[in-house]
Amino acid sequence: MENYSHDLDTAFHALSDPTRRAVVSRLMRGPAPVKELAQPFGMGLPSFLKHLKILEESGLIISSKEGRVRTCEVRAERLTALERWFDEQRAIWESRYEKLDGLLMNLRGEKDEL
Amino acid sequence: MNFDSKLVFLADTTNHTITVRKKFAAGRQLVWDCHTKQDYLDRWFAPEPLTTKTKHMDFRPGGYWHYAMIEPQGQEYWSRLDYQTIDPIDRYIALDGFTDETGTVNPDMPQANWEVTFSDASGHTLVQTVITYRSAEDLGKVIAMGMEAGLTSTLERLDKLLLTLEK
Repeated sequence: MENYSHDLDTAFHALSDPTRRAVVSRLMRGPAPVKELAQPFGMGLPSFLKHLKILEESGLIISSKEGRVRTCEVRAERLTALERWFDEQRAIWESRYEKLDGLLMNLRGEKDEL
Repeated sequence: MNFDSKLVFLADTTNHTITVRKKFAAGRQLVWDCHTKQDYLDRWFAPEPLTTKTKHMDFRPGGYWHYAMIEPQGQEYWSRLDYQTIDPIDRYIALDGFTDETGTVNPDMPQANWEVTFSDASGHTLVQTVITYRSAEDLGKVIAMGMEAGLTSTLERLDKLLLTLEK
């Protein structure tokens, strides 16, 4: 459990930067070579590679090299961890609002009796 | 019920917001009261199987609601909602934070901004809650802490139990 929390912290740190978020968004559409990923960002390649390194260390993306081309892709299962938390939040709201539906029905019933 | 009362739940990791939307089969005044009066809040705010206990409620700008969600085994999760803007019966804006039993806000934990709006929807009431964290890191902290606190695992256990019962 502790590792899981730590992982999420790292993932969120990685996603706290707009460049890195944009990279992950782009990779959600499919794998891409580093050169292509770097293009929209008008920063030097060394700076961009630092961002990629943080993303890789967070486990959100992986990269592999074929010949002279390094290609990146997202690791779906890491994003799933985040989705799971959101699912749980949804479950909380669903349950809470089911109770409110019931309460409103009771309160309307009480009013009708008056 | 002859209208769409399904919950809409949108999570946005890029803008670190959660949006919750639902229609209720009641007039706006009653739905507003259920969100802003202690007696009513205590009857619905905590998800199953938890219950809600209010320690302090002062619904006005600058006031706050200090409450706990309590597990059947007795574990308590304290929070408070600090009201900033109130426009009856249209909307309120509040800051949501983790506290202890005394109501002291945990300074290590990020607070989230809640904007809750109420509108008429053909005889029913639409409620929308937009929860905004200041940064993705803030949201990450809250997620990590939620996992540690075990509140989410309670729901997981419940889900598993329901699955078992369905078989």
